Amino acid sequence: MAASHSTPGLIGAERQAPLWQNENVRAFALFMLSLGIFLLFWEIGAKSGWFVKGVPTATETIKEFWWWVTNPFYRNGPNDLGIGWNLLISLRRVAIGYIAASLVAVPLGILIGISPVAFKAFNPYVQLLKPISPLAWLPLGLYLLRDSEKTGIFIIFISSIWPTLINTTFGAANVNQDYLDVSKTLGASRLRTIWKVIIPAALPNIVSGLRISMGIAWLVIVAAEMLLGTGLGYFIWNEWNNLSIPNILVAIFIIGLTGLVLDSLFAALEKFVAFGRNS
Amino acid sequence: MSIAPVNAIDLANVRSQTAQLSIRQVAKVFPGKKDLFSKLTGKTRRDFVAIQDINLDIEPNTFVSIIGPSGCGKSTLLNMIAGLSPITSGEILLNGAPIAGSGPDRGMVFQNYALMPWMTVEENLRFAVETVEPKISAKRRDRIIKEHIQLVGLTGAERKHPHELSGGMRQRVGIARALAINPQILLMDEPFGALDALTRAFLQEEVERIWEQQRKTVIMITHSIEEALLLSDRIVMMTRGPAARIDEILEVPFPRPRNRETIQQHPAYQGLKAEMESHLFRETRAVEAERVGG
Repeated sequence: MAASHSTPGLIGAERQAPLWQNENVRAFALFMLSLGIFLLFWEIGAKSGWFVKGVPTATETIKEFWWWVTNPFYRNGPNDLGIGWNLLISLRRVAIGYIAASLVAVPLGILIGISPVAFKAFNPYVQLLKPISPLAWLPLGLYLLRDSEKTGIFIIFISSIWPTLINTTFGAANVNQDYLDVSKTLGASRLRTIWKVIIPAALPNIVSGLRISMGIAWLVIVAAEMLLGTGLGYFIWNEWNNLSIPNILVAIFIIGLTGLVLDSLFAALEKFVAFGRNS
Repeated sequence: MSIAPVNAIDLANVRSQTAQLSIRQVAKVFPGKKDLFSKLTGKTRRDFVAIQDINLDIEPNTFVSIIGPSGCGKSTLLNMIAGLSPITSGEILLNGAPIAGSGPDRGMVFQNYALMPWMTVEENLRFAVETVEPKISAKRRDRIIKEHIQLVGLTGAERKHPHELSGGMRQRVGIARALAINPQILLMDEPFGALDALTRAFLQEEVERIWEQQRKTVIMITHSIEEALLLSDRIVMMTRGPAARIDEILEVPFPRPRNRETIQQHPAYQGLKAEMESHLFRETRAVEAERVGG
């Protein structure tokens, strides 16, 4: 860079900023520091009995975690499954219920969104059903379906349908009038307008709806599984009955990590469909 | 396209046999709310007459600008010509036949470009071409797209998305898209309104260059006196709203091709400019005075 020689003042100073002034480096350092303090506090606290009796130390928990992640797939009967199996069982339930909900919510949302009459007519249902706790559906599901597996999927379906439906409706109802005018001046058919203009225009809203729904589905499955048979939620419940606190902590960490990965996937998808738009 | 209409038109009423677009006694009233429900809720609203008694004949291959104070219903008139807004009374004839809604015989350039953000430059044009002519051969379609991207000087940016382009480049795409469907009339709604002064001046000259190549009938809404003088054959000056009318139509005699410097040397330039300025100042002052008073 010849330029830096002629103007050594500003440009040089900016380029030679020490590593610790970089925002990301500092954030990472703070993260590691706080994690270290937390683990140290936990370790010392557990060893010197600051907490209730039976709280495992940090090292015990990390050892336990390492054992579970290195032995994810073993089967010793339904109450002693590897955590990998339990994770796959939970993910499978979420996938079925969530995909079914999305397949209903997206087309329905578009249909409701493009018609002001339909919007006004169906909005009360959505507003009434949206705030219901997913677990409130559990007895109803068990009664109607008479099967715990199907009930789990039903609960995922019924709780993850609303954010997608609402966001899709909003997206389809609020397409920029300019885009619709373009379509109209070109003489596009209604179907072509929906397919080529309304759906792509609403896509950022649809994807953020899908992202919220995914988050809810993953929240709900753990709670629902405590009352069902298998999966990560049941694993936690089972380890509670075994009074194995380290295993519960391991499961909590894995649930969080899985949620993080799922959310990141949707965050990336949101970016992919944004094309310079903010939402 | 100057075949005289023989059906449906009262021939005695036809003032210009050669007009491509005739606007006859057109008015636009935005209906108020006077139904029982509104009365009960106390939300009644009176009818609003936006424009009234608009008569205008536009010959083929002319560039017409419509200028007027803000809020005078210029855009409403253009939207009615485009078929985006229903006509309250009167009629608009295109080649002697009343227009029924929107259609690809009129190409529209929007103030905010109105490009589909998820489509590349090429895809924006392809969407327009394929919508207008669904059964077009791929070869002909691609040739039309390529020609029009070339026409507006965007060769090399075909695969870019609108958010990667500057405002000026986006409006070039808007113009290319409107021309790619080969409309009879090009409608432009303040096409340079959202651009900075330098880009605006540059794009005006580009439009002049493109117009010299195609000589399509153009109706352009503008706020800028210089812009209207540079580009137009005729300038329609509207009064302030409500119930805005056409106040005066100016003929612009400058020879073509034009550019900014040469037209300013023309003896008629300063006179036309002064006339437009006084008209716009008078109307704008009255609008402001009414706002303050109201």
